[in-house]
Amino acid sequence: MQTTLPRTPIRRLGERLYRHPRLKLALILGLPALWLVGVYGGSLISLLLNSFFSTDSFSGRTDRTPTLDTWRQVFTDANMAVVVRTVSMAAAVTIGALLIGFPLAYYIARYTRGKLKATLVLLTLIPLWSSYLVRVYAWKLLLAAEGVIAWLFDQVGLEGVLAGLLRTPVIGGPSLSTSFLGQFAVFTYIWLPYMILPIQAAVERVPVSLLEASSDLGAQPPTTFRNVTWPLALPGVAAGSIFTFSLTLGDYIIPTVIGDSSPFIGLAIYSQQGVAGNLPLAAALSFIPIVVMILYLTGARKLGAFEAL
Amino acid sequence: MRRTAGRGLIALAIGALAYLHLPILFVFLYAFTTEDAAFTFPPPGLTTKWFAVAAANQDIRQALTLSLSVAAVATLTALVLGSLAAAAVWRTKFFGRDALSLFIVLPIALPGIITGISLRSAISVSGVPFSFWTLVIGHATFCVAVAFNNVIARMRRVSPNLIEASADLGASGWQTFRHVLLPQLGSAIVTGGMLAFALSFDEIIVTTFTAGNQQTLPIWIFSSLVRPRNRPVTNVVALLVVAITFIPIVLSQRLAARAENQ
Repeated sequence: MQTTLPRTPIRRLGERLYRHPRLKLALILGLPALWLVGVYGGSLISLLLNSFFSTDSFSGRTDRTPTLDTWRQVFTDANMAVVVRTVSMAAAVTIGALLIGFPLAYYIARYTRGKLKATLVLLTLIPLWSSYLVRVYAWKLLLAAEGVIAWLFDQVGLEGVLAGLLRTPVIGGPSLSTSFLGQFAVFTYIWLPYMILPIQAAVERVPVSLLEASSDLGAQPPTTFRNVTWPLALPGVAAGSIFTFSLTLGDYIIPTVIGDSSPFIGLAIYSQQGVAGNLPLAAALSFIPIVVMILYLTGARKLGAFEAL
Repeated sequence: MRRTAGRGLIALAIGALAYLHLPILFVFLYAFTTEDAAFTFPPPGLTTKWFAVAAANQDIRQALTLSLSVAAVATLTALVLGSLAAAAVWRTKFFGRDALSLFIVLPIALPGIITGISLRSAISVSGVPFSFWTLVIGHATFCVAVAFNNVIARMRRVSPNLIEASADLGASGWQTFRHVLLPQLGSAIVTGGMLAFALSFDEIIVTTFTAGNQQTLPIWIFSSLVRPRNRPVTNVVALLVVAITFIPIVLSQRLAARAENQ
């Protein structure tokens, strides 16, 4: 039996596209490629371009003759101090998130199943999607001198401990809300889920038979943890640390809202383009986090982080 | 090896969960405080009057409308771009395929400030004035990744046999798309769309760099944080932002769970 199908224009177009897969691909790919490579890729190139312009200090206008002057302004002692402060915070936050996140990730991966596991993963995931700004803001309420945390210390009679912490140089300050310690708590809180999820996935992949073998051979749980679980979880830790480190490096909202307003890299970029109106310098400064991240990624790759993403 | 977790481990896990979830509850509490200049805990009294004050505020209404429209248009744009990109990457190999995948995730993999300042410098170099559309371009750029990830994950589960069967039975390419592919991708597209909406609605960093003088709701909150004024109203707006982002997130998780079960 031979049936002839009606040759509608749409069908004819379909046949032509079937015979010319390249044309079909071009039609599908054109728009997204144009947007991502054209608009976004073009923007990244314009960032590089802008860093070779300069700002006329007199009129505040951007001078578009190519120059290295802007790049020279990047490598001042003041800017390097900002880099050191930001990188130390990023490292501290990464370690903090590891210490707080690992037990939860380990618990979810090793001791939960089915509904409970799904719920706990969801509870870890939800903060990633919900209101970054409001979550930062919540800490403004918690850390205020008259706020919840100070009240808690009061209730348990440890107000002296809090006062002592705040008197400590470098990490302290007039109140938790304006201290390095407060900033650290907020950064860690905000980026914590990024550390938990890859670790949980990595621990999940550790075969139970290996742990049983270790225990059969007489290893105590701490020994098994140190020699079996931890090395196998390490790629997950490295993957999580990429996020905690990189996100802390570029953030300017948290140092604006919490802390003593000493500049971080992100804040320096933000104020150069906003308040100072010096877009070229802001563009040049934004290559600092990019370079730091490339160095960090090279290290994380050696630990197998990319396979654990 | 022990099958049940020790008490210490359970306590640490609960502690981490509390750290992740308790702080935001205090924003809700403070939306009802009677105090308007400090954050005294416990609040000296409770009232609902700030909700009326916030509802009557013209700036807040305008900011809310702008945020909702930007999120809606950016989500639609991202869905079209993300689904097309997924269709291109799925089952085809072409020169630059890996580069395209990289470009899709780059806007959310790089710190927001890099994406923001790049778009800002492109706007400056090309002389385009700030408008609703510069905001949409910024938001759509980082929402594409979310749409793409959801759609491509589902496409990988669609059996190629179904498509061949449809073609063998004489369906045109369009009919196969409409009656075979789309029903399977539908919920993934909706899930991606809702997550993209939530992401766009409360985004602040890329927004700051592409907004010019326009005020979205997050920009309104941020500016009242930097220059503290009408604190209780800020709490109400924060509560509103959480509520509006929470609904699509929960719905999308439900949909994803249902698709998982099928």
